[in-house]
Amino acid sequence: MAQPMRIRAKLKGDEVEAKILVQHPMETGLRKNVDGEKIPAHFIKTLVVKYEDKVVLESVLGIAVSKDPFISFSFKGGAKDGKLSVTWTDNLGETRTDTVTVD
Amino acid sequence: MIRQMTKSKEATLNLDLGKRDFLRLSAMFGMAAIVGFYGVGEVRAAEWRDVDFNAKNLKDTLKSLGVDDYTMSTDITVDSAEIAENGAVVPVSVSSAIPNTEYMAILVEKNPNPLATAFTIPTGTLASVKTRIKMGETSNVLALAKVNGKWFAASKEIKVTLGGCGG
Repeated sequence: MAQPMRIRAKLKGDEVEAKILVQHPMETGLRKNVDGEKIPAHFIKTLVVKYEDKVVLESVLGIAVSKDPFISFSFKGGAKDGKLSVTWTDNLGETRTDTVTVD
Repeated sequence: MIRQMTKSKEATLNLDLGKRDFLRLSAMFGMAAIVGFYGVGEVRAAEWRDVDFNAKNLKDTLKSLGVDDYTMSTDITVDSAEIAENGAVVPVSVSSAIPNTEYMAILVEKNPNPLATAFTIPTGTLASVKTRIKMGETSNVLALAKVNGKWFAASKEIKVTLGGCGG
């Protein structure tokens, strides 16, 4: 079961700064466990950030993104109490969306 | 009479074949049109493509991303510490000061697969993204930016004390 993301969205002047911390193993599929068996790949492939209904960032991720991916960026046109939602989908088809309001 | 019927049957069959070929051809043209439409000049970062992420060297990755040529630009920046102690978690910021930057990608030249991550940047979003990547060894990290169909880049060597692809 996917863990919730930690998302902060803060209004700074006319920009909203978003900081997203996803909890995900981002397993490369190249590592082996103590018994020498390959640990299967398990990683996020896409992540979409929406402010209200508008996409403000779309990302594709490979296995070279660190465990518990972190993404920070800013966008214009947001307002206090607006809704920011983040959705990711991984290579096993698992997906999760979390929503926060802009501070 | 029978012969005539057979002939007309044959004709019908031929016509059917003709129709089918026509349909097949138009389907093929349709596909080609779609591929052409998306393949040329369109940003498709939101689409996760095996060919992009599985490319094994910088040249193949650039080719796969559709980068024929790029210009090194001081308007593009790759920001990080000079030395990353832990290759498993290397904080990196990429940004572009060129207006209308629509797409940015982070490539680690010496990783087994150079493409680490890429971003589609809609209007209103600043072309500046901070993230954390894994690096197997000391390498140049390339930030690529696409602006109006042209590619710009900046590169920075990040030294890695402990590689991060195994653990």
